[in-house]
Amino acid sequence: MAADPRQPKPLTRQTLTEGLWKENPVFVMLLGLCPALAVSNTAINALAMGLASTFVLLGSSLLISLLRNFIPKQVRIASYIIIIATFVTAVDYIIHALSLELYNALGAFIQLIVVNCAILGRAEAFASKNPVRHSLVNGFGMGAGFTLALVMVGAVREILGFGSLFGVALFGEQFQTWAVFILPPGGFFVLSFWLVLFAVVAKRRAAKEVAHGS
Amino acid sequence: MAPDSLGFIFLNAFLINNFVLALFLGLCPFMGVSGKIKTAAPMGAAVTFVMLVASSCAFGINRLLVRFDIEYLRLIAYIAVIASAVQLVEMTIKKFSPTLFRMLGIFLPLITTNCAILGMALFQTFLEYSFIQSLVYSLGAGAGFSLALILMAGMREKLDLANVPDACMGTAAALMIAGLLSLAFMGFAGLGG
Repeated sequence: MAADPRQPKPLTRQTLTEGLWKENPVFVMLLGLCPALAVSNTAINALAMGLASTFVLLGSSLLISLLRNFIPKQVRIASYIIIIATFVTAVDYIIHALSLELYNALGAFIQLIVVNCAILGRAEAFASKNPVRHSLVNGFGMGAGFTLALVMVGAVREILGFGSLFGVALFGEQFQTWAVFILPPGGFFVLSFWLVLFAVVAKRRAAKEVAHGS
Repeated sequence: MAPDSLGFIFLNAFLINNFVLALFLGLCPFMGVSGKIKTAAPMGAAVTFVMLVASSCAFGINRLLVRFDIEYLRLIAYIAVIASAVQLVEMTIKKFSPTLFRMLGIFLPLITTNCAILGMALFQTFLEYSFIQSLVYSLGAGAGFSLALILMAGMREKLDLANVPDACMGTAAALMIAGLLSLAFMGFAGLGG
Protein backbone atom coordinates (compact mmCIF):
# COMPACT_ATOMS: atom_id res chain seq x y z
CA MET A 1 0.00 0.00 0.00
CA ALA A 2 2.53 2.55 -1.15
CA ALA A 3 0.11 5.04 -2.68
CA ASP A 4 -1.85 7.37 -0.41
CA PRO A 5 -5.47 6.21 -0.57
CA ARG A 6 -6.73 9.78 -0.48
CA GLN A 7 -4.98 10.61 -3.72
CA PRO A 8 -6.02 7.84 -6.06
CA LYS A 9 -4.36 7.20 -9.33
CA PRO A 10 -6.32 8.67 -12.24
CA LEU A 11 -8.90 6.43 -13.81
CA THR A 12 -7.24 5.15 -16.94
CA ARG A 13 -8.20 2.74 -19.61
CA GLN A 14 -5.78 0.29 -18.05
CA THR A 15 -7.93 0.04 -14.93
CA LEU A 16 -10.53 -1.59 -17.12
CA THR A 17 -8.46 -3.59 -19.56
CA GLU A 18 -5.87 -5.18 -17.26
CA GLY A 19 -8.37 -7.77 -16.07
CA LEU A 20 -9.49 -8.50 -19.59
CA TRP A 21 -6.23 -9.77 -20.93
CA LYS A 22 -2.93 -8.81 -19.31
CA GLU A 23 -3.94 -10.04 -15.87
CA ASN A 24 -6.72 -12.36 -16.95
CA PRO A 25 -7.77 -14.19 -13.77
CA VAL A 26 -7.96 -17.64 -15.36
CA PHE A 27 -5.31 -17.71 -18.08
CA VAL A 28 -2.62 -15.57 -16.46
CA MET A 29 -3.16 -15.65 -12.70
CA LEU A 30 -4.73 -19.14 -12.57
CA LEU A 31 -7.34 -18.04 -10.05
CA GLY A 32 -10.86 -19.36 -9.94
CA LEU A 33 -9.91 -22.53 -11.76
CA CYS A 34 -12.52 -24.68 -10.06
CA PRO A 35 -15.60 -23.04 -11.58
CA ALA A 36 -13.70 -22.39 -14.80
CA LEU A 37 -13.30 -26.11 -15.35
CA ALA A 38 -16.29 -27.56 -13.55
CA VAL A 39 -19.13 -25.77 -15.30
CA SER A 40 -17.52 -25.05 -18.66
CA ASN A 41 -18.82 -28.15 -20.44
CA THR A 42 -21.14 -26.00 -22.55
CA ALA A 43 -20.79 -22.38 -23.63
CA ILE A 44 -24.13 -21.42 -22.07
CA ASN A 45 -23.23 -22.75 -18.63
CA ALA A 46 -19.87 -21.01 -18.90
CA LEU A 47 -21.51 -17.71 -19.81
CA ALA A 48 -24.03 -17.97 -16.96
CA MET A 49 -21.29 -18.77 -14.47
CA GLY A 50 -19.20 -15.86 -15.77
CA LEU A 51 -22.08 -13.42 -15.47
CA ALA A 52 -22.99 -14.61 -11.97
CA SER A 53 -19.38 -14.21 -10.85
CA THR A 54 -19.22 -10.75 -12.45
CA PHE A 55 -22.30 -9.69 -10.54
CA VAL A 56 -20.81 -10.87 -7.25
CA LEU A 57 -17.51 -9.21 -8.11
CA LEU A 58 -19.20 -5.87 -8.86
CA GLY A 59 -21.40 -5.97 -5.77
CA SER A 60 -18.61 -6.94 -3.41
CA SER A 61 -16.21 -4.41 -4.98
CA LEU A 62 -18.77 -1.66 -4.43
CA LEU A 63 -19.45 -2.53 -0.82
CA ILE A 64 -15.86 -3.26 0.15
CA SER A 65 -14.67 -0.06 -1.49
CA LEU A 66 -17.33 1.95 0.35
CA LEU A 67 -16.39 0.36 3.67
CA ARG A 68 -12.64 0.33 3.10
CA ASN A 69 -11.95 2.98 5.74
CA PHE A 70 -14.17 1.33 8.37
CA ILE A 71 -13.05 -2.31 8.23
CA PRO A 72 -10.24 -2.96 10.73
CA LYS A 73 -7.17 -4.47 9.13
CA GLN A 74 -7.07 -7.55 11.37
CA VAL A 75 -10.50 -8.85 10.44
CA ARG A 76 -10.57 -7.69 6.83
CA ILE A 77 -10.46 -11.13 5.19
CA ALA A 78 -13.33 -12.40 7.31
CA SER A 79 -15.34 -9.26 6.54
CA TYR A 80 -14.68 -9.59 2.80
CA ILE A 81 -15.79 -13.22 2.80
CA ILE A 82 -19.01 -12.38 4.62
CA ILE A 83 -19.76 -9.56 2.15
CA ILE A 84 -19.06 -11.88 -0.78
CA ALA A 85 -21.19 -14.64 0.76
CA THR A 86 -24.10 -12.22 1.04
CA PHE A 87 -24.00 -11.42 -2.68
CA VAL A 88 -23.58 -15.08 -3.59
CA THR A 89 -26.67 -16.00 -1.57
CA ALA A 90 -28.55 -13.34 -3.53
CA VAL A 91 -27.29 -14.68 -6.88
CA ASP A 92 -28.20 -18.21 -5.83
CA TYR A 93 -31.82 -17.18 -5.21
CA ILE A 94 -31.96 -15.04 -8.38
CA ILE A 95 -30.82 -17.90 -10.63
CA HIS A 96 -33.15 -20.30 -8.87
CA ALA A 97 -36.04 -17.94 -9.66
CA LEU A 98 -35.02 -17.22 -13.25
CA SER A 99 -34.22 -20.66 -14.61
CA LEU A 100 -34.51 -23.95 -12.80
CA GLU A 101 -32.74 -25.72 -15.65
CA LEU A 102 -29.68 -23.49 -15.33
CA TYR A 103 -29.81 -23.78 -11.55
CA ASN A 104 -29.62 -27.56 -11.79
CA ALA A 105 -26.85 -27.46 -14.40
CA LEU A 106 -24.63 -25.21 -12.29
CA GLY A 107 -25.50 -27.06 -9.09
CA ALA A 108 -23.43 -26.33 -6.01
CA PHE A 109 -21.04 -24.24 -8.04
CA ILE A 110 -23.20 -21.14 -7.68
CA GLN A 111 -22.75 -21.27 -3.92
CA LEU A 112 -19.10 -22.08 -4.39
CA ILE A 113 -18.55 -18.65 -5.98
CA VAL A 114 -17.88 -17.60 -2.37
CA VAL A 115 -14.56 -19.38 -2.43
CA ASN A 116 -13.56 -18.20 -5.90
CA CYS A 117 -10.12 -16.82 -5.14
CA ALA A 118 -10.35 -14.39 -8.07
CA ILE A 119 -13.07 -12.46 -6.24
CA LEU A 120 -11.38 -12.43 -2.84
CA GLY A 121 -8.14 -11.54 -4.60
CA ARG A 122 -9.74 -8.49 -6.20
CA ALA A 123 -11.21 -7.41 -2.86
CA GLU A 124 -7.84 -7.64 -1.15
CA ALA A 125 -5.68 -6.28 -3.97
CA PHE A 126 -7.88 -3.56 -5.41
CA ALA A 127 -11.24 -2.71 -3.85
CA SER A 128 -9.80 -2.29 -0.35
CA LYS A 129 -7.39 0.39 -1.55
CA ASN A 130 -9.23 2.31 -4.23
CA PRO A 131 -12.27 4.58 -4.47
CA VAL A 132 -15.64 3.25 -5.55
CA ARG A 133 -15.50 4.30 -9.19
CA HIS A 134 -12.11 2.70 -9.80
CA SER A 135 -13.11 -0.49 -8.02
CA LEU A 136 -16.27 -0.84 -10.07
CA VAL A 137 -14.45 -0.30 -13.36
CA ASN A 138 -11.69 -2.70 -12.40
CA GLY A 139 -14.15 -5.25 -11.09
CA PHE A 140 -16.07 -5.06 -14.34
CA GLY A 141 -12.88 -5.64 -16.34
CA MET A 142 -11.91 -8.62 -14.20
CA GLY A 143 -15.41 -10.06 -14.42
CA ALA A 144 -15.41 -9.65 -18.19
CA GLY A 145 -11.99 -11.32 -18.38
CA PHE A 146 -13.22 -14.21 -16.25
CA THR A 147 -16.36 -14.59 -18.40
CA LEU A 148 -14.28 -14.44 -21.57
CA ALA A 149 -11.95 -17.18 -20.33
CA LEU A 150 -14.85 -19.37 -19.25
CA VAL A 151 -16.63 -19.00 -22.59
CA MET A 152 -13.39 -19.73 -24.47
CA VAL A 153 -12.95 -22.99 -22.57
CA GLY A 154 -16.66 -23.78 -22.70
CA ALA A 155 -16.98 -23.16 -26.45
CA VAL A 156 -14.14 -25.54 -27.32
CA ARG A 157 -15.54 -28.23 -25.05
CA GLU A 158 -19.05 -27.85 -26.44
CA ILE A 159 -17.93 -27.87 -30.08
CA LEU A 160 -15.85 -31.01 -29.62
CA GLY A 161 -18.03 -32.77 -27.07
CA PHE A 162 -21.52 -32.02 -28.39
CA GLY A 163 -20.83 -30.74 -31.92
CA SER A 164 -22.74 -27.55 -31.14
CA LEU A 165 -22.17 -23.99 -29.92
CA PHE A 166 -24.60 -22.22 -27.55
CA GLY A 167 -26.96 -25.14 -28.20
CA VAL A 168 -26.94 -24.70 -32.01
CA ALA A 169 -25.74 -27.78 -33.87
CA LEU A 170 -22.74 -26.96 -36.05
CA PHE A 171 -22.15 -30.19 -37.91
CA GLY A 172 -24.36 -32.73 -39.58
CA GLU A 173 -25.83 -35.83 -38.03
CA GLN A 174 -22.74 -37.89 -38.77
CA PHE A 175 -20.48 -35.85 -36.48
CA GLN A 176 -18.76 -38.18 -34.05
CA THR A 177 -18.73 -36.40 -30.68
CA TRP A 178 -15.69 -36.61 -28.42
CA ALA A 179 -17.37 -37.45 -25.15
CA VAL A 180 -14.12 -37.03 -23.25
CA PHE A 181 -14.26 -33.26 -23.70
CA ILE A 182 -17.49 -32.86 -21.76
CA LEU A 183 -16.21 -35.15 -19.03
CA PRO A 184 -13.81 -33.86 -16.34
CA PRO A 185 -10.51 -34.71 -18.12
CA GLY A 186 -11.56 -32.58 -21.11
CA GLY A 187 -11.62 -29.47 -18.92
CA PHE A 188 -8.00 -29.96 -17.93
CA PHE A 189 -6.95 -30.66 -21.51
CA VAL A 190 -8.71 -27.66 -23.08
CA LEU A 191 -7.36 -25.20 -20.50
CA SER A 192 -3.91 -26.68 -21.00
CA PHE A 193 -4.18 -26.27 -24.79
CA TRP A 194 -5.15 -22.60 -24.43
CA LEU A 195 -2.19 -21.98 -22.10
CA VAL A 196 0.21 -23.61 -24.56
CA LEU A 197 -1.25 -21.56 -27.40
CA PHE A 198 -0.80 -18.31 -25.46
CA ALA A 199 2.76 -19.25 -24.50
CA VAL A 200 3.62 -19.90 -28.16
CA VAL A 201 2.10 -16.58 -29.28
CA ALA A 202 3.85 -14.63 -26.52
CA LYS A 203 7.14 -16.26 -27.48
CA ARG A 204 6.76 -15.43 -31.16
CA ARG A 205 5.95 -11.82 -30.27
CA ALA A 206 8.94 -11.52 -27.96
CA ALA A 207 11.22 -12.97 -30.64
CA LYS A 208 9.88 -10.48 -33.16
CA GLU A 209 10.48 -7.57 -30.79
CA VAL A 210 14.05 -8.67 -30.21
CA ALA A 211 14.60 -8.90 -33.97
CA HIS A 212 13.22 -5.39 -34.48
CA GLY A 213 15.25 -3.95 -31.64
CA SER A 214 18.64 -5.10 -32.86
CA MET B 1 -22.99 -52.25 -1.69
CA ALA B 2 -26.01 -50.18 -0.74
CA PRO B 3 -25.65 -46.53 -1.77
CA ASP B 4 -26.01 -45.30 1.81
CA SER B 5 -23.70 -47.82 3.46
CA LEU B 6 -20.64 -46.30 5.11
CA GLY B 7 -18.20 -48.24 2.93
CA PHE B 8 -19.80 -46.98 -0.24
CA ILE B 9 -19.91 -43.38 0.98
CA PHE B 10 -16.20 -43.52 1.73
CA LEU B 11 -15.35 -45.15 -1.59
CA ASN B 12 -17.55 -42.69 -3.46
CA ALA B 13 -15.83 -39.63 -2.00
CA PHE B 14 -12.38 -41.23 -2.12
CA LEU B 15 -12.22 -42.62 -5.67
CA ILE B 16 -15.41 -42.55 -7.76
CA ASN B 17 -16.26 -38.89 -7.29
CA ASN B 18 -12.77 -37.78 -6.33
CA PHE B 19 -13.10 -34.15 -5.25
CA VAL B 20 -10.15 -32.91 -7.25
CA LEU B 21 -10.15 -35.05 -10.36
CA ALA B 22 -13.86 -35.61 -10.96
CA LEU B 23 -15.60 -32.67 -9.28
CA PHE B 24 -12.94 -29.96 -9.85
CA LEU B 25 -12.89 -28.84 -6.24
CA GLY B 26 -9.77 -27.56 -4.54
CA LEU B 27 -7.77 -26.97 -7.69
CA CYS B 28 -5.85 -23.95 -6.37
CA PRO B 29 -3.92 -25.83 -3.65
CA PHE B 30 -3.79 -28.83 -5.99
CA MET B 31 -1.83 -26.80 -8.53
CA GLY B 32 0.00 -24.72 -5.93
CA VAL B 33 1.38 -27.25 -3.44
CA SER B 34 1.78 -30.34 -5.59
CA GLY B 35 5.38 -29.55 -6.53
CA LYS B 36 6.97 -31.82 -3.91
CA ILE B 37 5.75 -34.89 -2.04
CA LYS B 38 7.28 -33.44 1.13
CA THR B 39 4.78 -30.57 1.21
CA ALA B 40 1.92 -32.41 -0.49
CA ALA B 41 1.48 -35.01 2.27
CA PRO B 42 1.17 -32.55 5.22
CA MET B 43 -1.09 -30.33 3.13
CA GLY B 44 -3.36 -33.30 2.49
CA ALA B 45 -3.40 -34.11 6.19
CA ALA B 46 -4.22 -30.50 7.13
CA VAL B 47 -7.08 -30.36 4.62
CA THR B 48 -8.45 -33.71 5.85
CA PHE B 49 -8.41 -32.46 9.43
CA VAL B 50 -10.17 -29.20 8.55
CA MET B 51 -12.72 -31.23 6.59
CA LEU B 52 -13.49 -33.44 9.60
CA VAL B 53 -13.92 -30.42 11.89
CA ALA B 54 -15.93 -28.49 9.31
CA SER B 55 -18.12 -31.49 8.58
CA SER B 56 -19.13 -32.07 12.20
CA CYS B 57 -19.69 -28.33 12.81
CA ALA B 58 -21.65 -27.95 9.58
CA PHE B 59 -23.89 -30.84 10.59
CA GLY B 60 -24.76 -29.18 13.91
CA ILE B 61 -25.20 -25.74 12.37
CA ASN B 62 -27.49 -27.06 9.68
CA ARG B 63 -29.71 -28.61 12.36
CA LEU B 64 -29.94 -25.22 14.07
CA LEU B 65 -30.60 -23.33 10.83
CA VAL B 66 -33.40 -25.69 9.83
CA ARG B 67 -34.86 -25.54 13.33
CA PHE B 68 -35.08 -21.74 13.26
CA ASP B 69 -36.00 -21.62 9.56
CA ILE B 70 -33.07 -19.41 8.55
CA GLU B 71 -31.47 -21.62 5.89
CA TYR B 72 -30.53 -18.61 3.79
CA LEU B 73 -27.73 -17.98 6.28
CA ARG B 74 -26.23 -21.41 5.59
CA LEU B 75 -23.45 -20.21 3.28
CA ILE B 76 -22.32 -17.45 5.65
CA ALA B 77 -22.43 -19.75 8.69
CA TYR B 78 -20.45 -22.51 6.96
CA ILE B 79 -17.72 -20.21 5.73
CA ALA B 80 -17.33 -18.72 9.21
CA VAL B 81 -16.93 -22.21 10.71
CA ILE B 82 -14.37 -23.20 8.10
CA ALA B 83 -12.37 -20.02 8.64
CA SER B 84 -12.20 -20.70 12.37
CA ALA B 85 -11.18 -24.34 11.85
CA VAL B 86 -8.38 -23.23 9.54
CA GLN B 87 -7.21 -20.71 12.12
CA LEU B 88 -7.06 -23.56 14.66
CA VAL B 89 -4.99 -25.77 12.37
CA GLU B 90 -2.69 -22.87 11.55
CA MET B 91 -1.98 -22.17 15.22
CA THR B 92 -1.41 -25.87 15.94
CA ILE B 93 1.05 -26.32 13.10
CA LYS B 94 2.85 -23.09 13.97
CA LYS B 95 3.29 -24.30 17.56
CA PHE B 96 4.40 -27.85 16.83
CA SER B 97 6.35 -27.53 13.61
CA PRO B 98 7.56 -24.07 12.57
CA THR B 99 9.48 -25.62 9.64
CA LEU B 100 6.35 -27.14 8.18
CA PHE B 101 4.54 -23.85 8.81
CA ARG B 102 7.06 -22.00 6.67
CA MET B 103 7.00 -24.66 3.96
CA LEU B 104 3.24 -24.47 3.50
CA GLY B 105 3.36 -20.68 3.60
CA ILE B 106 0.46 -18.79 2.10
CA PHE B 107 -1.38 -21.99 1.19
CA LEU B 108 -2.21 -22.69 4.84
CA PRO B 109 -4.55 -19.69 5.40
CA LEU B 110 -5.83 -20.22 1.87
CA ILE B 111 -7.38 -23.53 2.96
CA THR B 112 -10.31 -21.30 3.93
CA THR B 113 -10.98 -20.56 0.29
CA ASN B 114 -10.44 -24.20 -0.69
CA CYS B 115 -13.69 -25.01 -2.41
CA ALA B 116 -13.28 -28.71 -1.61
CA ILE B 117 -14.10 -28.00 2.03
CA LEU B 118 -17.09 -25.74 1.49
CA GLY B 119 -18.20 -28.10 -1.30
CA MET B 120 -18.01 -31.08 1.04
CA ALA B 121 -20.08 -29.26 3.67
CA LEU B 122 -22.71 -28.28 1.09
CA PHE B 123 -22.88 -31.74 -0.49
CA GLN B 124 -23.37 -33.51 2.83
CA THR B 125 -26.27 -31.13 3.46
CA PHE B 126 -27.82 -31.72 0.03
CA LEU B 127 -27.42 -35.49 0.37
CA GLU B 128 -28.98 -35.37 3.85
CA TYR B 129 -26.34 -37.58 5.44
CA SER B 130 -26.58 -38.49 9.11
CA PHE B 131 -23.81 -37.42 11.49
CA ILE B 132 -21.77 -40.61 11.11
CA GLN B 133 -22.30 -40.67 7.35
CA SER B 134 -21.12 -37.03 7.15
CA LEU B 135 -17.96 -37.85 9.06
CA VAL B 136 -17.17 -40.82 6.82
CA TYR B 137 -17.92 -38.71 3.75
CA SER B 138 -15.54 -35.96 4.86
CA LEU B 139 -12.87 -38.52 5.72
CA GLY B 140 -13.18 -40.04 2.23
CA ALA B 141 -13.10 -36.61 0.60
CA GLY B 142 -9.99 -35.65 2.57
CA ALA B 143 -8.27 -38.94 1.76
CA GLY B 144 -9.18 -38.52 -1.92
CA PHE B 145 -7.77 -35.00 -1.94
CA SER B 146 -4.54 -36.21 -0.32
CA LEU B 147 -4.27 -39.11 -2.76
CA ALA B 148 -4.66 -36.82 -5.77
CA LEU B 149 -2.18 -34.33 -4.32
CA ILE B 150 0.47 -36.98 -3.61
CA LEU B 151 0.05 -38.72 -6.98
CA MET B 152 0.36 -35.39 -8.74
CA ALA B 153 3.41 -34.38 -6.68
CA GLY B 154 5.16 -37.64 -7.54
CA MET B 155 4.59 -37.07 -11.22
CA ARG B 156 5.66 -33.45 -11.10
CA GLU B 157 8.90 -34.37 -9.35
CA LYS B 158 9.69 -36.66 -12.26
CA LEU B 159 8.57 -34.01 -14.74
CA ASP B 160 11.24 -31.62 -13.45
CA LEU B 161 13.86 -33.94 -14.93
CA ALA B 162 12.08 -34.48 -18.23
CA ASN B 163 12.71 -32.60 -21.42
CA VAL B 164 9.49 -30.64 -22.05
CA PRO B 165 8.95 -28.22 -24.96
CA ASP B 166 9.36 -24.62 -23.78
CA ALA B 167 5.78 -23.59 -24.49
CA CYS B 168 4.36 -26.43 -22.37
CA MET B 169 6.53 -25.74 -19.30
CA GLY B 170 4.97 -25.18 -15.91
CA THR B 171 1.22 -24.97 -15.55
CA ALA B 172 0.31 -26.21 -19.00
CA ALA B 173 2.20 -29.46 -18.46
CA ALA B 174 0.79 -29.80 -14.93
CA LEU B 175 -2.74 -29.38 -16.26
CA MET B 176 -2.15 -32.03 -18.91
CA ILE B 177 -0.96 -34.47 -16.24
CA ALA B 178 -4.02 -33.65 -14.16
CA GLY B 179 -6.14 -34.42 -17.22
CA LEU B 180 -4.49 -37.80 -17.64
CA LEU B 181 -4.91 -38.60 -13.94
CA SER B 182 -8.54 -37.59 -14.19
CA LEU B 183 -8.94 -39.88 -17.19
CA ALA B 184 -7.46 -42.72 -15.16
CA PHE B 185 -9.80 -42.03 -12.24
CA MET B 186 -12.79 -42.29 -14.57
CA GLY B 187 -12.01 -46.00 -14.62
CA PHE B 188 -13.33 -46.16 -11.04
CA ALA B 189 -16.77 -45.06 -12.22
CA GLY B 190 -18.40 -48.50 -12.01
CA LEU B 191 -16.77 -49.40 -8.70
CA GLY B 192 -18.99 -50.63 -5.87
CA GLY B 193 -22.10 -50.25 -8.00
